[in-house]
Amino acid sequence: MNPILTSHDLCLWYGQTQALKNISLDIPERSITALIGPSGCGKSTFLKTLNRMNDLIPGVKITGEVRYRGEDIYAPGQDVSALRREVGMVFQKPNPFPMSIYDNVAYGPRTHRVKGRAKLDEIVEQALRGAAIWDEVKDRLRKNALGLSGGQQQRLCIARALAVEPKVLLMDEPTSALDPISTSRVEELALELKERYTIVIVTHNMQQALRISDRTAFFLLGELVEAGATEDVFSQPRDKRTEDYITGRFG
Amino acid sequence: MKGRVLERAVHGAFLALGLVTVGCVLLITVYLIVSGLPAIREIGLWEFLFGDTWASTAAEPKFGILPFLLTSVYGMAGAMVIGVPVGFFTAVYLSKAAPKPVKTVVEHMVSLLAGIPSVVYGLVGMLVLVPWVRSTFHVPDGAGLLVAILVLAVMILPSIIKVSVTALEAVPREYEDGSLALGATAAETWFRVSVPAAKSGIAAAVVLGVGRAIGEATAVMMVAGNAPNLPGLFQSVRFLTTAIVSEMAYSGGLQRQALFSIALVLYLFILLINATLNFFLKRDKEG
Repeated sequence: MNPILTSHDLCLWYGQTQALKNISLDIPERSITALIGPSGCGKSTFLKTLNRMNDLIPGVKITGEVRYRGEDIYAPGQDVSALRREVGMVFQKPNPFPMSIYDNVAYGPRTHRVKGRAKLDEIVEQALRGAAIWDEVKDRLRKNALGLSGGQQQRLCIARALAVEPKVLLMDEPTSALDPISTSRVEELALELKERYTIVIVTHNMQQALRISDRTAFFLLGELVEAGATEDVFSQPRDKRTEDYITGRFG
Repeated sequence: MKGRVLERAVHGAFLALGLVTVGCVLLITVYLIVSGLPAIREIGLWEFLFGDTWASTAAEPKFGILPFLLTSVYGMAGAMVIGVPVGFFTAVYLSKAAPKPVKTVVEHMVSLLAGIPSVVYGLVGMLVLVPWVRSTFHVPDGAGLLVAILVLAVMILPSIIKVSVTALEAVPREYEDGSLALGATAAETWFRVSVPAAKSGIAAAVVLGVGRAIGEATAVMMVAGNAPNLPGLFQSVRFLTTAIVSEMAYSGGLQRQALFSIALVLYLFILLINATLNFFLKRDKEG
């Protein structure tokens, strides 16, 4: 499979603290890559380098490269908005905007100058169907999104991300704030979505990584310890530290 | 046992102090109604509110406050037209875009602006703006509604800026991240996510500005010309507030009672504005 995203020798500092050390990782297209590791290992930081959300944090310095479809996304003059349109993101805590369900999903397309009621209606329905929440909200599209349950809010956020037709979806512990039923719905959804999208998911839940991911990358203290096919990483880890982590000896 | 007595005494003392405020408000309200109503009864509500001539000391006195009412409303509206956009965009800039040092300096300036006594605003308006209007627009006297509007516009800036900045800064970071992650630019994010999320607070800021503009007397007294004309941009005008200030010292009889009636009208205006403010703040709380 062709990698859609590749990082090479990527280092990141928060001020004086180095949070990522020489990360080189390929993300294959139309698959789920899970990033696992204990808290503070750099997995979320790495995820956010892929759509340059780290740019927003003051004092961040990045060296090395990240390529999306062969293009260096940190090269000077890169259009960050265009990148984020291709590489969408779902956050740890569901963060729908305080507006109607419809307006939430239509926000991205409107930002990207999609005009016309009929066109927008179609995009919104498609996105909500894509995120497996259409049937639950179709009768209350004009209601405030903050009235939805946490699990629904998270799927709405996924719909909102899908509405701008990204190629990659970054998910930062998307189920850590959800109950088990909502979690399994989001997991099912991720499995459906990988038919059309590339998904990179950060999770602290190893069962989740095992259930849904094709490839797993294990981070520890800012280093990428091991990456490979999920079955291999979990059944025959090459590194002692990986083995210790997945068998629950620390973390 | 002794502790409980002390506790009760402290409670009682605080309650009494709290009641002082309530008492003042009630006293003022009752006093204004009692002293404001007789003149309205005598003149007639319609004639009082919508009479277009104020000639309180004429042989046949007329007490129509329409010129004052309209002047206050126009003056407030004019100040809003200038002050709200300036204040709003300043608030967006300060809360979202400004580099830290710039923000610190500007916020200090805004606080200082809020602390300047209104008589100083009036003085500057009188010495700088009035001559400027006279020479720019070639009018015989610069003092009038236009200068009053300009002065009020500056005076309402601090409340609009400060309250809006507070509201905009309270917008959760996650909303903005969500917008940026969808490929929206920073400016799109401010105006399409942050501002709508803070709209109740910003509305409250505007209402506070309205209250300030309606209630201001000293500064407008010094720059508005102070003749009881129906309002025009270069017309010498009197506001509800200045109508009271300018005649109270030498008034008597029905004239004096009519001034109290004006105060009552002004008071009702402020009540209305406060009710609007509470409406927005309450809506904000309920989310």
